[in-house]
Amino acid sequence: MAENRNNQAEPARIAIELSGVKKSFAGQQVLAGVDLQVLEGTTTVIVGASGQGKSVVLKHMLGLLKPDVGQVKVFGRDIARASARQLKEVRKDFGVLFQNVALFDSMTIYDNVALPLRERTAAGEAEIRANVREKLEMMGLRDVDDKYPAQLSGGMQKRVGLARALVLDPKIVFFDEPTTGLDALKSNEIYRLFHDTQARLGYTAVIVSHDVPKIFKLSDRVALLAEGVIQCSVSPEEFQRSDNPLIRDFVETTMGPIYSSEEEETAPL
Amino acid sequence: MFRFFTSIGDYSLYYLEQAGRMGRFLMVCLWRTVTPPYKISPVIRQIHFIGARSFFVIFFTGGFTGMVLALQGYYTLRKFGSEGLLGSAVALSLIRELGPVLAALMVIGRAGSAITAEIGIMRNSEQIDALECMAIDPCRYLMVPKFVATVVSLPLLTAIFDMVGILGGYLVGVTMLGVNGGTYFQGMYRSVDWNDIEMGLVKSLVFGLLIVWIATAKGYFLHWERSGGFGAEGVSRTTTSAVVLASVTVLVWDYLISAILL
Repeated sequence: MAENRNNQAEPARIAIELSGVKKSFAGQQVLAGVDLQVLEGTTTVIVGASGQGKSVVLKHMLGLLKPDVGQVKVFGRDIARASARQLKEVRKDFGVLFQNVALFDSMTIYDNVALPLRERTAAGEAEIRANVREKLEMMGLRDVDDKYPAQLSGGMQKRVGLARALVLDPKIVFFDEPTTGLDALKSNEIYRLFHDTQARLGYTAVIVSHDVPKIFKLSDRVALLAEGVIQCSVSPEEFQRSDNPLIRDFVETTMGPIYSSEEEETAPL
Repeated sequence: MFRFFTSIGDYSLYYLEQAGRMGRFLMVCLWRTVTPPYKISPVIRQIHFIGARSFFVIFFTGGFTGMVLALQGYYTLRKFGSEGLLGSAVALSLIRELGPVLAALMVIGRAGSAITAEIGIMRNSEQIDALECMAIDPCRYLMVPKFVATVVSLPLLTAIFDMVGILGGYLVGVTMLGVNGGTYFQGMYRSVDWNDIEMGLVKSLVFGLLIVWIATAKGYFLHWERSGGFGAEGVSRTTTSAVVLASVTVLVWDYLISAILL
């Protein structure tokens, strides 16, 4: 995948690096020393049982939470200790698709996608319109410009969210449970759009997901979060072959006997 | 007994922390207001919502306040044979006190509650997180237009309140109770001076800032609410608490400003 392309040219640099990240809420430790590297141009999927702190890890990467201890580096810059201005600079490289999409519900679809362009660039309205149209068409969305998010289905809202996340051609795109609440057909559609847009735009992707094993087909690295630490960050094949008891336990409980049948049914993306 | 002292300490720390957060939030919003880039159209949209759309409620409350002031004032002044002072009494009460306070309370009820609910829902549905992740400053994008619009609108609404109130007083005092029209305005002309206008203006500016600060900060820090700021109930509870806090704060500051300027 994307990693292979990078390997042929030069070693990929580290886009995100978490070192010894610890975080507690009201005295309860959620992260107990998370270490994780995300290479530029690759897709890293963070998996784990519910309540293990996957979204907390993602919020640290986004700078929405600060660790009690440890470093969160994005392209070498520690965002845990960055000022508001420095953090804003780092976030200019980000695109985010939130679990509940987080579209601005009092704005039209067009205005939602146009917002980052209006607020972050000096582009004129004609340029903004062309860019928004391009991204919406990339997502297969037509005649939705004047609609409001509540007037669209869950799958369409996710596609608008992805269009908004990609409208400024970010270097890193974060996906928090991108297929939650969608049926298999709509989930595949989101995965296909992710695959196509990543191939076209070449961004680094970090995906928090429980959609195992389907998500493995799109990933370069799989990281398992359990007991407050990243147990491994390996290729999907290595992940499934691992002898680590925690990984084995996760693989067996999430994939188990279903995996073999579902793998055959799932068409290549 | 130990638990009692622990809970006192716990509450004190929470409110101290909340005060610190809100104080810092105010500083950031004021700084963003005075530093570029300046965007006019969001401010105009907010002036339309906070100011123009409050016109009718201000018009009616101002009118009826002036009318009841004239009615009550007339019966009190008549006991001393001083009906001629009715114009002064109505105008001074409105300009120095009732205009700024009642206009502020109306704006709290109409716009302040809406601001807290709007920002609170945005906080709950991760829209504020989304803005931050898009490198768009929520203070500059969401709060600054509301700050400018409220501080600009409230003095204007107060002026409308005062004017309509004086005309309401005229309607009752002169048209219905038979006070001489010339005396009504002449008394007002003699007794109201610039200091009275200035006090009303200072009050409405300060109240405007207090209202928008409390309304936006309560919504923005919804997730830190001790009572739990989650879901629709959390938004409703926080909105109620913002309205109560803003109303009480306005009345406290009304006394403080009067005491300082008198």
